[in-house]
Amino acid sequence: MDSVIEVKGLRKTYGGQAVVDGIDLQVRRGECFGLLGPNGAGKSTTLRMLMGTTPPDSGEIGILGFNVRADARRMRERVGVVPQKDNLDPDFTVAENLSVYASYFGLRGNDAKQRLRELLSFVALEEKANANVATLSGGMQRRLTLARALVNSPDLLVLDEPSTGLDPQARHVIWQRMRSLKSEGKTLVLTTHYMDEAERLCDRMAIMDHGKILVVGSPRELIETLIEPHVLEVSGTGVEEWVARVAKPESRRVELVGETAFCYCKDDQTLKATAPENPRLQFLSRRANLEDVFLKLTGRDLRD
Amino acid sequence: MTLDLSLPSLGFRWYYVWKRHFLVWWKVLGPSLLANFGEPLLYLLALGYGLGMFVGQVKGVDYMAFLATGIVCSNAMNTATFEGMYAAFTRLAMQRTWDAMLAAPLMLDDIVIGEIVWCATRSVIGCAAIFIVAGFLGSIQWSAFIPVMLVIFFSGMAFGAMALVVTAFAKSYDFFLYYFTLVITPMMLLSGVFFPADALPVWIQTGAQAFPLSHAVEIARPLMIGAEVNNLPLHLAVIAAYIAVATYMALVFLRRRMLV
Repeated sequence: MDSVIEVKGLRKTYGGQAVVDGIDLQVRRGECFGLLGPNGAGKSTTLRMLMGTTPPDSGEIGILGFNVRADARRMRERVGVVPQKDNLDPDFTVAENLSVYASYFGLRGNDAKQRLRELLSFVALEEKANANVATLSGGMQRRLTLARALVNSPDLLVLDEPSTGLDPQARHVIWQRMRSLKSEGKTLVLTTHYMDEAERLCDRMAIMDHGKILVVGSPRELIETLIEPHVLEVSGTGVEEWVARVAKPESRRVELVGETAFCYCKDDQTLKATAPENPRLQFLSRRANLEDVFLKLTGRDLRD
Repeated sequence: MTLDLSLPSLGFRWYYVWKRHFLVWWKVLGPSLLANFGEPLLYLLALGYGLGMFVGQVKGVDYMAFLATGIVCSNAMNTATFEGMYAAFTRLAMQRTWDAMLAAPLMLDDIVIGEIVWCATRSVIGCAAIFIVAGFLGSIQWSAFIPVMLVIFFSGMAFGAMALVVTAFAKSYDFFLYYFTLVITPMMLLSGVFFPADALPVWIQTGAQAFPLSHAVEIARPLMIGAEVNNLPLHLAVIAAYIAVATYMALVFLRRRMLV
């Protein structure tokens, strides 16, 4: 069996509005797959349906060969979940959080104990084994949540915004652990709002909006096929005048956001050359990235 | 919104949920025992000695013994109700313990059954302590301990399941005050805990027969004072009916709340 997740025609409506509007999805064994989209795009609802906690209105969900609608329990025995908001048990210590969670899987005894020691060392929390969860920093709590998701040695790990709210040090630790899990052969599915995170970690990703999947591909494919290679960001007072006079005729696509113009082009040499004549404007030339693709597909309007 | 009306899927996994709650309780043993046991004990001592002086005997029973038998039952109700509302709501909505369980191979039915059995367990723990104190105060049959604890356990299941039905609709802790004021307090006052129910007007007596607490008292009191239990099958049937109906309703409405 090649694909770990196989979703067909998945739909969910709330109050007549389609939150997930007929999506198809395939995640291959051993890859890291990203699900991206603005708030309200339907990512979390999709994940909940995958885990069998939200019943879909229609569609098929197969995970690790299990039909989720009929057999969620057996599927969950093989899957680990890192939820968006930590839901560690505040009454228990670090080690107790792991052992109690392991007991939900029916795991106990010496093998389980050995496994918990390995997990604590995997997330560098051995020293904190007997600490109360409330005394841990945000990054430590996140690492403990990751360890907890691994108590059953899952084949598939689902992470809902794994690094939101963490400082750069903590994010890098989480990323490094995710990479090492991938190299162990585990399949990872994550949602994130951070394009750099998606670009670093994901082999393939889907960008969702309004309940639909807009595109699927590797970060590199998406950048190469969906957007111009160069972006020139020009900002400062008088940028509108510059856009009308210089940029519009030259660049295929210009987006004006406040006092910054984003000029997407194959080659930004001609535009850049106008910098000396416009000393009050700042010019920043860079290569297009995933965030540009994301914004092009989903727009710049605020979502709440 | 359609409701999932399927019958509870019973298994053994509710035990994992129960065990988790037990471990938390074990960690905070001191305060939780005090809360469970201290307050009813104060009622028992204050009213038992204070009122007992004036009342002397009720229907040939020392007031202290009469009251102890009632308080054992009302404490079962209060403990299970508190656990099924405030504590369960904390786990469900505040700490998201239920969400964590639902990511493991536990289904909502396991969680709800585990909560109900845990509510009953807490009732037994608190009531056992009161029974023992009442036993040393005299007039209580020690031999009734096990049958009375069984009554307490099943009553605790009924009260816990009823509380979980309320929890299924709760948006905040404030919501529980309605249930306490409109259901629990009248039940505590009218079910023959503090005085014989037949002192009340007939229409109230009749209404109070619908309360599960009335039936728990009518089983536990004669057992504890060594008298004969009248209408045992009826009382058991009422408690069993409350367990069955409230458990099913709790499942249906908690599914609607959690699995959307």
